[in-house]
Amino acid sequence: MTGSQRLLIFGGMALAVFGMLYGLHYAVFVEHQILDRMGGSLEQSFELAARRNWEAFETALVTYVDTKYDYVRQVDAHSHWIGLAMLMLVLGVLFERVNFSESMRQAIALSLLVGSTVFPLSVILQTYHHGAMALQALAVASSGLVIVAMAAIAWGFARPRTTE
Amino acid sequence: MATVAEPSLIHSTFARMSARRLLVLGGIALVAAGMLFGDVFAVFILHQNAGGQGAALIAASQAVAAGDEATVTRIFASLGSLLEDRGTKVDAHVHMIGAGYLALLLALVQPFIVLGARTKKILAALFIAGGTLLPIGIFLIHYVGLTYSPFAVIGWASILADSAGALLIIVFAVEAWGFRCYIRTRQLAEPTLPEDNSWERRILLSGGTLLILLGFLHGAWYAAFHLYEHEDREETIIKALLDSPTTAVSANAANDYGRLAAEKAVAIAAHSHIIEFGLLAMLLSFVQPYVFLTPNWKRRWTMALLAGSIVLPVFVQLEVKLGLIAGGIADGGGLLLIVALFGMLVGILRYTGNLDAGGTR
Repeated sequence: MTGSQRLLIFGGMALAVFGMLYGLHYAVFVEHQILDRMGGSLEQSFELAARRNWEAFETALVTYVDTKYDYVRQVDAHSHWIGLAMLMLVLGVLFERVNFSESMRQAIALSLLVGSTVFPLSVILQTYHHGAMALQALAVASSGLVIVAMAAIAWGFARPRTTE
Repeated sequence: MATVAEPSLIHSTFARMSARRLLVLGGIALVAAGMLFGDVFAVFILHQNAGGQGAALIAASQAVAAGDEATVTRIFASLGSLLEDRGTKVDAHVHMIGAGYLALLLALVQPFIVLGARTKKILAALFIAGGTLLPIGIFLIHYVGLTYSPFAVIGWASILADSAGALLIIVFAVEAWGFRCYIRTRQLAEPTLPEDNSWERRILLSGGTLLILLGFLHGAWYAAFHLYEHEDREETIIKALLDSPTTAVSANAANDYGRLAAEKAVAIAAHSHIIEFGLLAMLLSFVQPYVFLTPNWKRRWTMALLAGSIVLPVFVQLEVKLGLIAGGIADGGGLLLIVALFGMLVGILRYTGNLDAGGTR
């Protein structure tokens, strides 16, 4: 097993366990409460509109929008961590078929690991700082890293094999 | 003539009731069952559920216009139930397929898991059990609710799902420990899969990689051009829905809300499905030596799987523009994929039957 394969398999397993632990923690301690808040604030906004209490209606609607903003990103981060980890594990098993030098493969594997870790993390961090440009830029850069790494892997698979 | 490559080597990597065999068979069965559930859900529940949500929103906005707070509360109780119904079914579908993928993955890395054969078999059985119970628990959440629950917001079905999730984490952690042992000793626990350069493997590997790349690009396009726009539009529509002076205007706003929900749902479904199918194609490339079918049938199932993998997400994305025609084609693509998956599963079952009966091919 080469260094790049170890990086992908170890990194993938660690990321999968982390993603699952995050999901378990989220399901037990956060999700039910956040779903209650999301549904409750939307319902409240309608009830307040029925009472013609427009100021409180705006507040309840903002609470709904903000809570949903957080919920979407928290669930996305969980699924992206595990999904990307699975991809790393699969690629780890067959990475020798990526027809580049081992140093190049290590660079690609490292890019994939860094991108796969940082991209969901930057998405989660956006729930603490809504609309922060730096975090949005980090998400774009890290997801770009994953896409470039994946394109390089596809190219590596497509190249004629020079070694058996 | 049915074909498998290098019989003696492959036999040794697929022994009767071994961890790898359990994980391969259980994994493909979980993926196929999860997809079948998803297709049934899409055809019989998804659209009806969306229609129910739209109707509830129109009724709620009319109650708001009439200043009828009690009716708003009652409608939201039913809307919450509709959302939970939909959400738990989507989650059950996603988690069943995800657990199947992880089982296939673990089957691949078994040579690098340095643990006793019996321990690995127990871990494999626990993983398949956890992967089955997790989506069942999620599915039951909507129906069991908080009946006899000792907790304020978590019911017994949630407890079952969370416990099954914890079981998967424990199995994964022990497998990671076994991999750590390999890193220290550099001794393989069992033979690795044989080198196979067959047409099916190459096509599944390259096709799978391209599907994943397409999925990533689609996700980037959605995040860049639609994610924030959709979030802003939702707030605007809700305000329009509640500020509406007439029933006709509120009905239009509710329609806009339904359209927005559909746009979001199809974009997310297309993104996640194309990546999942790419990963599935790559995973299935590894089990091709165990598919005991004629070369022609192996090629047919491979092509059917890849065709379904591209048809479903593309036509799911087109559903907002083309309507039910695209939805029907997407469901057909899903069905094609499921049939191909079952075809491969039958091939693997034939292989195991032949192997256990003492056959050499």
